[in-house]
Amino acid sequence: MYDDLIQAALYGALLVAIAVPLGVYIAAVFTGRVTFLAPVERLLLSAAGAGQDQRWGTYAASLLAFNAGGLALLFGILAFQHRLPLNPMGFDGLSWHLALNTAISFVTNTNWQSYGGETTMSHFSQMAGLTTQNFLSAASGMAVAAAVARGFAARQARTIGNFWADLTRGTLYILLPGAIAIALVLVALGVPQTLQGAVTASTVEGAQQTISLGPVASQVAIKQLGTNGGGFFNVNSAHPLENPNAISNFIQMLAILAIPAGFVLAYGRMVGDRRQGRALFAAMAILLVSAFAATYAAERAGNPLAAAFADPAAGNMEGKEVRFGIVGSVLWAVTTTAASNGSVNAMHDSLTPLGGLMAMLNIQLGEIVYGGVGVGLTGMLLFVIFTVFLAGLMVGRTPEYLGKKIEAKEIKLAALTLLVMPVGILAFAAIAIATGNAQASVQDAGPHGLSELVYAYTSATGNNGSAFAGFSANTPFHNVMLGLAMLLGRFGYILPILAIAGSLAAKTPASATAGTFPTHGPVFVVLLLATILIVGALTFLPVLALGPIAEHVSMIAGQRF
Amino acid sequence: MSKHAPAELGLFAPAILRPALIQAFRKLDPRGLARNPVIFATALVSVLATVLAVREGLTGGPTFRIGLQIAVWLWFTVLFANFAEAVAEGRGKARADAFRATRSTASARVLIDPENRELFELKDVDLVEPGEFILVEAGDVIPTDGEVVEGAASVNEAAITGESAPVIRESGGDRSSVTGGTTILSDWLVLRVTARPGETFLDRMISLVEGAKRAKTPNEVALDVLLASLTLVFLFVVVSLPFFASWSGTSLPVIYLAALFVTLIPTTIGGLLSAIGIAGMDRLVKANVIAKSGRAVEAAGDIDVLLLDKTGTITFGNRMASAFLPAPGVSERDLAEAAFLSSLADETAEGRSVVDLAARQFGFSRPAQPGTFVPFTAQTRMSGVDLPDGQAIRKGAADAVMRHLGHGASPELDAAVRKVANSGGTPLLVARNDRPLGVIALKDVVKPHIRERFAELRRMGIRTVMITGDNPLTAAAIAAEAGVDDFLAEATPERKLELIRAEQAEGRLVAMCGDGSNDAPALAQADVGVAMNAGTPAAKEAGNLIDLDSDPTKLIEIVMVGKQLLISRGALTTFSIANDVAKYFAILPALFIAAYPGLSGLNLMGLASPQSAILSAIVFNALVIVALIPIALRGVSYRPASASSLLARNLLVYGLGGLVAPFIGIKAIDIVITGLGLV
Repeated sequence: MYDDLIQAALYGALLVAIAVPLGVYIAAVFTGRVTFLAPVERLLLSAAGAGQDQRWGTYAASLLAFNAGGLALLFGILAFQHRLPLNPMGFDGLSWHLALNTAISFVTNTNWQSYGGETTMSHFSQMAGLTTQNFLSAASGMAVAAAVARGFAARQARTIGNFWADLTRGTLYILLPGAIAIALVLVALGVPQTLQGAVTASTVEGAQQTISLGPVASQVAIKQLGTNGGGFFNVNSAHPLENPNAISNFIQMLAILAIPAGFVLAYGRMVGDRRQGRALFAAMAILLVSAFAATYAAERAGNPLAAAFADPAAGNMEGKEVRFGIVGSVLWAVTTTAASNGSVNAMHDSLTPLGGLMAMLNIQLGEIVYGGVGVGLTGMLLFVIFTVFLAGLMVGRTPEYLGKKIEAKEIKLAALTLLVMPVGILAFAAIAIATGNAQASVQDAGPHGLSELVYAYTSATGNNGSAFAGFSANTPFHNVMLGLAMLLGRFGYILPILAIAGSLAAKTPASATAGTFPTHGPVFVVLLLATILIVGALTFLPVLALGPIAEHVSMIAGQRF
Repeated sequence: MSKHAPAELGLFAPAILRPALIQAFRKLDPRGLARNPVIFATALVSVLATVLAVREGLTGGPTFRIGLQIAVWLWFTVLFANFAEAVAEGRGKARADAFRATRSTASARVLIDPENRELFELKDVDLVEPGEFILVEAGDVIPTDGEVVEGAASVNEAAITGESAPVIRESGGDRSSVTGGTTILSDWLVLRVTARPGETFLDRMISLVEGAKRAKTPNEVALDVLLASLTLVFLFVVVSLPFFASWSGTSLPVIYLAALFVTLIPTTIGGLLSAIGIAGMDRLVKANVIAKSGRAVEAAGDIDVLLLDKTGTITFGNRMASAFLPAPGVSERDLAEAAFLSSLADETAEGRSVVDLAARQFGFSRPAQPGTFVPFTAQTRMSGVDLPDGQAIRKGAADAVMRHLGHGASPELDAAVRKVANSGGTPLLVARNDRPLGVIALKDVVKPHIRERFAELRRMGIRTVMITGDNPLTAAAIAAEAGVDDFLAEATPERKLELIRAEQAEGRLVAMCGDGSNDAPALAQADVGVAMNAGTPAAKEAGNLIDLDSDPTKLIEIVMVGKQLLISRGALTTFSIANDVAKYFAILPALFIAAYPGLSGLNLMGLASPQSAILSAIVFNALVIVALIPIALRGVSYRPASASSLLARNLLVYGLGGLVAPFIGIKAIDIVITGLGLV
């Protein structure tokens, strides 16, 4: 237990140590001060015909057009992979609904996988299709965050930057170098990187085993760095070839939160007040540590019903890899759901009820604990707007953030985003139950079955992509509904926040006085946390009570389903 | 100041309560309810609950008794919200009725030719258009707003301002505007009508205090949007719940879901929101300030910079003699005597203060033959006296007196002049015949306690800028003494306007007050422009607030009212949302305990039964509206303090209080309900 905490503390310290310089670098990239690949950048931008800075509407339209194109292309690749090269295992094309679901999933940075990668996808689909979107969806997210930071900081400006330039810079200067470095390290640690299909090995018992291979390291690197989470193998980073040992595990966990955490600090620099970034960083850190503590306690306590056949002192090891242990699995589970990563190294289905609840709640709060690349920050900024609104009223002033008045227009836009999670999770899951589609896909009875269903829709709407398992998602109904949930969860946030950025960009910032409350102090951080928890908890407490909480109390009472 | 303040009605005076109770039912009209999304949703759910309860009654269903009680309390929730609004409006109405009583004149004497006061026709007041000329005479109640074009008269404005001392209204200058409803005491006036029928100052005041045409303020709109979206979120929560419950093998009675929905949506703030707004305007009217729009009141709470005229606001405006500084070779007594003699006939405040000071210091008394007084003229910029013995004493601005003497001042005298000027005073040079005797130091006296008020403003984050026509040296000295943050010296209307624009370009909100016509552009440009009621019609038209007392320091009170309005909304919103936590802990275990007995652990309050838990939550939800009506009407208490400490305090009281209070309240109601055997 002592070792566990040292490991967790080390993780936290390293995360901060990485985030600080990365924040400086990210800010430099998005203010155009990093130019070592300028010729390539110019070439790409002139090819795209990109020119001047855009108003928010044009910026958003560029993003939508780009993502729509990516979606169509990926859909085509997946549906027709049997006619495309690099398919050594001879996999067939995907069904329309699976192709649609997967295409949406990777374009929205969700990487929800209704399929098993190594038994469904050709190398071409993995590399040209999925890995490409892993880069581009992450770069899109960063572009949004950069534009939002610019809009918040601007002074009577009409524009919030150029989407194509932001997309190119994020990919060239941040994602590509980072992914290459991590891929090389992973290869050194034993992760395969090959175009070979599979090898057959003879086991010690003399049986024959087919071991799937492929360009694993390159996909794993970007799946973590870009908070994508879609693994090469079905069991994701629990697979020994995706995540061979404790060191690779640690590196991958750092890669998950590195850019999201760095971006929060970069935001502070971009708006010209580093304290703003630090306050958000601190609020997120508090949520991360709390989630870790709660999950760790739940998993450590274990399952009393399993006492008969498992050592209670080991905690709940069901569904976890021995090479990662409880802390390595819990830390991963928390970071992957806090960020909208969604890769797993342990089966969330097998977490204790309260451990599963924390994973679910992390996503339901909007994945704002560092969150998805770029969009985690913007999601947090929406909460900041609500908090500022309440706080502003309570000190007797029209609410302002960074000196800019938050008025009815901004609140209207931000209020739209309040509806995303309830619709995507509660309404969609209720429809699944009402139409009988939930019952058909869920493996377990009782509250755990409900958790499996709700987790799936939570993961999709939150653009997380992790699966609770025990839920057969590959049906036309769920593929389409989850696809809609992913689109809603992605663009239902991005469009309003870009509109807010556009609106704030046009305003004149007022300098702070004693009458404006500081948005970088501890009181504000506490109020921000309370707003996040109350909005999240108030929306999802009923369904959590019927799912994980009911399961927990039943488990304590020794009731089975 | 003698004020006959209208008798203030208590918060729950019977005169207001009875009509408010009736109004609460009248306001069930769906067209009115639809203005408030939260309460409208509550009303819809109440209808649904009533239908359900009746159906249960007809079919002998099991939830009839509890369902009926829930339905009744849901209706109470709506009625209480209506009641809160009605009480706020009732207080306004009482004030409006008092105003309306003064609007007694039915006809006006309309002049056919403004030059000829003999020829007029009697016309119904409601038909008199702006631009027409009317005649009013002693004893008349002035029928409508107007500008004096001819004549001078004393007018009693008590009906509007509560100030019983009559004021002079005359053509030209800054005292040319009269208000309909005031009474002319002496002489006569010819007025050019400035207001359309039904849009006079008094009419606006009446509709304002009645809240009849109240448009929502910007922050109110934003808050409304937030509350509506929260209502929608909880709609999704509650509507999806039966499906999740059916998964768990339990069915939830719709009436319970209705109760859950209403307890979760922010009914507390939703029910009190309009009462808060009306009461805020009422507080302003009570301070004798009329807002042309609610927007202006809200903007007052946001003010960053306050422009204050020095004279009359920061200082008394009368320069007072404070010292005699004799030239070399002249005794102080000599100087004082010359100053005394030259000021005896000077009836200005300055002149009197010189006489007072000299008499106090040296005991001079008025001589039998004071000589011939030489009055001040704009050309000479001096005044003085020619004594019977032939001596000529002159006093005036240093350069004017020097020019009169025809030679420069000695270095010592020059130093004395500069010293006085540098310390913010005005030096007056006194000369006898052709010999300069010395300097009288006149000082502008800063009002007592004004420094503390500025310090208070600074704590609220508001910067004060003093506007004065004085030279920069004088201005700086007074600014330092009064404790303002900045000053604009040698101010002209143009420079004032420039200053406002410059501050606004920095994103700051500027408030100012003014009375003259030349203030009008600046008043219109400022975010909050307070026009003095005694000022010109142009100034009153340009400002968005009008101070009936014509007291420039009133701005500070206006800022407080604006802030209090926002704080009340924010605090009650926070309270309302924080309440939901306890309500969940009351209702969720009650709903789910049949499916999962283990969830009784969530019943933190140990409520007696699922039925009593649900009923207690809904009763609490309804009663808390009534309990908070006094806070909504009076406003959350506000003391000037920095934003951080205000936030911390209000978070503690309304955030934490909102979290804890319902746990106690619901438990108490549960005990009562169970004790009475209601479930």
